[in-house]
Amino acid sequence: MTALGAVSQRAWVEQIMGLPISIHLRGDRLTDEAVEHRIEAVLAELRHVNALLSPYRDGSDLSAWERGALPLADADPMLAQVIALCDEARRRTDGWFDPRGLPDPRTGEPRYDPSGLVKGWAVERAARHLTGLDTYGWCVNAGGDVLVHAPADQPAWRIGIEHPDDPARIMRVVESRSGAVATSGSAHRGAHIIDPRTRQPATATRAVTVIGPALLWADVYATAAAAQGSAAFSWLEDLDGYDALMVTRPGLLRVTAGWPAP
Amino acid sequence: MRRISMWLFSTVAAVVLLFSYRTSTSTSTNTGPVAGAGSGGSGTSTGTATGGKTYTGSVASTRWGDVQVTITVADGKITDVAVPVYPSENHKDQEINAYALPVLRQETLAAQSADIDTVSGATVTTNGYLESLQSALDAAHLS
Repeated sequence: MTALGAVSQRAWVEQIMGLPISIHLRGDRLTDEAVEHRIEAVLAELRHVNALLSPYRDGSDLSAWERGALPLADADPMLAQVIALCDEARRRTDGWFDPRGLPDPRTGEPRYDPSGLVKGWAVERAARHLTGLDTYGWCVNAGGDVLVHAPADQPAWRIGIEHPDDPARIMRVVESRSGAVATSGSAHRGAHIIDPRTRQPATATRAVTVIGPALLWADVYATAAAAQGSAAFSWLEDLDGYDALMVTRPGLLRVTAGWPAP
Repeated sequence: MRRISMWLFSTVAAVVLLFSYRTSTSTSTNTGPVAGAGSGGSGTSTGTATGGKTYTGSVASTRWGDVQVTITVADGKITDVAVPVYPSENHKDQEINAYALPVLRQETLAAQSADIDTVSGATVTTNGYLESLQSALDAAHLS
């Protein structure tokens, strides 16, 4: 029916970090042991990151460090890396991304919760296990944040961006051969993005989608812009290598100059 | 057939979403003349006199009641969508369904032209996954 009719595709899905992680692979020999091995390596790494950095687990290095029970130097080095990246994210977004004082997912008490950055960072890091599968096309989707690779002999991935008012509808489609698409909004979890200035749920936008080379930064930028609202648009315009689509609270759709034409 | 199944799954997912958002709680079900039961995986197909083929999805249990979808495919395109099983306990359900089902039909017919591989959206949690379009796209390729 379409150009990709000849290419076989296989999917794996696992729930990790409270998110559905799906990996789609395109190419020949989708049942090879080498393929299974690499997919398992991606999933195993995500499970490992979750065990160390989950805010839901009292036994995670993150929780122990926050309680003062584990010095940063004794924790897994990933914790220090994530804290450093969160500091950089706070600088890059002028404070609109801020893991400090977020409500604890279980108690609502303020705490340090880097989860908003950890997801994109962990998926991007775990996806390096797929680089050995360069002749394959792959697409990793972590709860709505997407990272893709398409080799030259395969079609680009078509990524539907859901309508913020109705997740059953697709608002726009972007094609990508390499890179990330991340969306922040309230369609599935209600107003869960916190405005770091007021510590209240942000309602300034309905949804922000950011496309660009790195999933970590696309995700951070989308979260920061969703918290800030329409005023973030000129900042999005100036981001190097990244483009964005924003649906404002009244329903106005805006895209940055470099956003691909429909 | 893969693509077609995908849209069948998508359609089921869309219906589930529709019922999650727009109808009140309901336990009873309006059962039309269709076959097939299970957990949103397999489907059955039958030929029709017009040359199109009708695919019947399994009954999907939602918290509002059971939902089942059939699609008719001709020349690789979905030409019709029907929802033979849907919750209809009270007047309000029936009013809402009178509005929602034609909207669903229209949107399913429109959605197939988008022909997407994956969905980017506000974070889907583990709990919301089964009702998401992404789960339908995944289901079409799980083996």
